[in-house]
Amino acid sequence: MGVLHLVNRSPGESQTLALCLERVGAGDAVLLLESGVYAVLKNAVFAPRLAEAMRCVSIHVLTPDLAARGIAQEEVLAGVVWVDYEGFVELSLRHTPIISWS
Amino acid sequence: MKFAIQINSAPWENQGCETAYQFSRAASHMGHEILLIFFYHAGAYNGLRWMMPPEEESPLLKRWSILAAKEGIDLAICISAAHRRGLLEQTEARRVGKLDDDLAPGFRIAGLGLWVDACLKADRFLIFGA
Repeated sequence: MGVLHLVNRSPGESQTLALCLERVGAGDAVLLLESGVYAVLKNAVFAPRLAEAMRCVSIHVLTPDLAARGIAQEEVLAGVVWVDYEGFVELSLRHTPIISWS
Repeated sequence: MKFAIQINSAPWENQGCETAYQFSRAASHMGHEILLIFFYHAGAYNGLRWMMPPEEESPLLKRWSILAAKEGIDLAICISAAHRRGLLEQTEARRVGKLDDDLAPGFRIAGLGLWVDACLKADRFLIFGA
């Protein structure tokens, strides 16, 4: 069972997502939440690294946090999986341990 | 499945408490069991009865108390984190000669051992507001 990585800071304010993506293993999942959702913008500088990471891990984004920041569906990088809080719970059932990056 | 949840930030510091609340509520509604929500470090402020957030904000304090009552979730605040911040529960306050009664309904004071115990019993543990 893979690890669930929670990243709640945007790549602009913190290195956490970059550090996390260097350490993920096959079968892991990354959930971007809170300000972490800014990383999924397809025109952002971080997009190519996120697209690259998707070849070995699944990248998820918390939909209510996208909505709260006014990010529309068409602005989001293709391949990112959208989840709500129930989806977040489902992810936590399918992975262990769950690591909060800070 | 059984969950243990730790919260390390005050409600006004970041979004972590809100996320923890929404996650706990969703898990509970899906039929999972939240064994413990442990408020550690600045997370202790979540249980402060006297908080008066601006009226346009949906007060998390009230929602925690309702969640505890409805779903029977144990909301425990770390005793050291609480004392450091002057957050005293009634019995402890009387013992040290103070008149405080600072905890909102549904919250209680507990030791770090309770968190360790919950982690051992839970299938998953998550940390918010790190």
